[in-house]
Amino acid sequence: MSEVRLLVGTRKGAFVLTSDGKRDDWSVEGPLFAGWEMYHLKASPADPNRMYASQSTGWHGQVVQRSDDGGKTWEPVGNELTYDGVPGTHQWYDGTQHPWEFARIWHLEPSLDDPDTVYAGVEDAALFRSTDGGQHWQELSGLRGHESGENWQPGAGGLCLHTILINPDDPNRIVVAISAAGAFRTEDGGETWRPINKGLRSRELPDEEREVGHCVHRIAMNPSRPDTLFMQKHWHVMRSDDAGDSWQKVSGNLPSDFGFPIAVHPHEPETVYVVPIESDSEHVPPEGKLRVYRSRSGGNEWEALTNGLPQEHCYVNVLRDAMDVDDLDPGGVYFGTTGGQVYASPDGGDTWTAIVHDLPSVLSVEAQTLQ
Amino acid sequence: MIRVVLPTHLRTLAGVDGEVTLDVDGHPTQRTVLDALEASYPTLRGTIRDHGTAKRRDFIRFFACGQDVTLESPDVPLPEEVASGREAFRVVAAMAGG
Repeated sequence: MSEVRLLVGTRKGAFVLTSDGKRDDWSVEGPLFAGWEMYHLKASPADPNRMYASQSTGWHGQVVQRSDDGGKTWEPVGNELTYDGVPGTHQWYDGTQHPWEFARIWHLEPSLDDPDTVYAGVEDAALFRSTDGGQHWQELSGLRGHESGENWQPGAGGLCLHTILINPDDPNRIVVAISAAGAFRTEDGGETWRPINKGLRSRELPDEEREVGHCVHRIAMNPSRPDTLFMQKHWHVMRSDDAGDSWQKVSGNLPSDFGFPIAVHPHEPETVYVVPIESDSEHVPPEGKLRVYRSRSGGNEWEALTNGLPQEHCYVNVLRDAMDVDDLDPGGVYFGTTGGQVYASPDGGDTWTAIVHDLPSVLSVEAQTLQ
Repeated sequence: MIRVVLPTHLRTLAGVDGEVTLDVDGHPTQRTVLDALEASYPTLRGTIRDHGTAKRRDFIRFFACGQDVTLESPDVPLPEEVASGREAFRVVAAMAGG
């Protein structure tokens, strides 16, 4: 019997929402780690009982939690994430230089085949890796040490590394994204990196087509087509068919192409989901209507999905890590809002139901499919 | 025996309900008490003081005998009442909203 677990990180704890494969009746467990900011939780694809969670507060800093029994029990593991060597400086909001300072883990990405190997994307932007189940962490400093590093600048949410995509055909090929530096790719397991931002334009930059400095909000891919990437940038929805070597704008008829999350259907690699947001200064849905937009043509032509979503007086946001898909057929789509709702669609976006209405502000949603 | 009171989140993280008691060699200081605390409860490493530098985190304060000793040198001896266990050394999460 198949089952779906949603691992939901919020500003005041984590929640686990569980349903059988019908996805019409959900149980809610939590809060776990009550009162802590839970930026992200994710299970290992290689061992569904192995989970990692990023737990933090401004008072006590970063804690990493690990579960070996599918989330029934958790134990703190290593939380010493120290930048390699002398950290140096990056660009601050006003263009001055600012010391590199660790703030938190935004995203945890377990290896595809080894439950003990996990990557952590952090603020200030860097990529760390643990190969012993989270006990010890090493920075993959070739990324932050890229010659452009001192020119990286924070987005409004901080200088965060939020996207880690491991190529299933070649795990040494990894794409990461940083707000506001852009996207980078390694071919050698993280030793060396190069920017992959050709085709991006950002009017917030003095040179709109600069190699780095773009505020990439999220990148998604379908594992069956790892070289096809879809990006929600600060403004603009973009697509690449060459693993990021070049990008084309596919915003098409979206009511706004500002937004945060982006997801790809689990079985239809040309079906893409975004949640348009009015603008970078308002951060609310256009016209007070919460609409997911779906393209079945890989972008450019988009349709509004509204069945079951509030269509008046709705002013929540959906953050970059707060949307995911399951692996069932038909594919399920899920997202959480800053208003504490978690919506589920068991039919690829045609209809939506709020599983919960009143959680703390949702930071992340990960869908784990158990077959 | 030194008595230490932790803020709620750190009690949860350390898996303790009430006060923590520690043995510290010599007259206790902030540094030796926190060293002993972290040795007994490794999950607290990095949550009161930074890894490596042992610098106090910004939103942490230390109280003893009704006094705020946060800004004192970590090597200043703590009051005799703390050393004798009559008073607790208090690790406090600063009032900062949220």
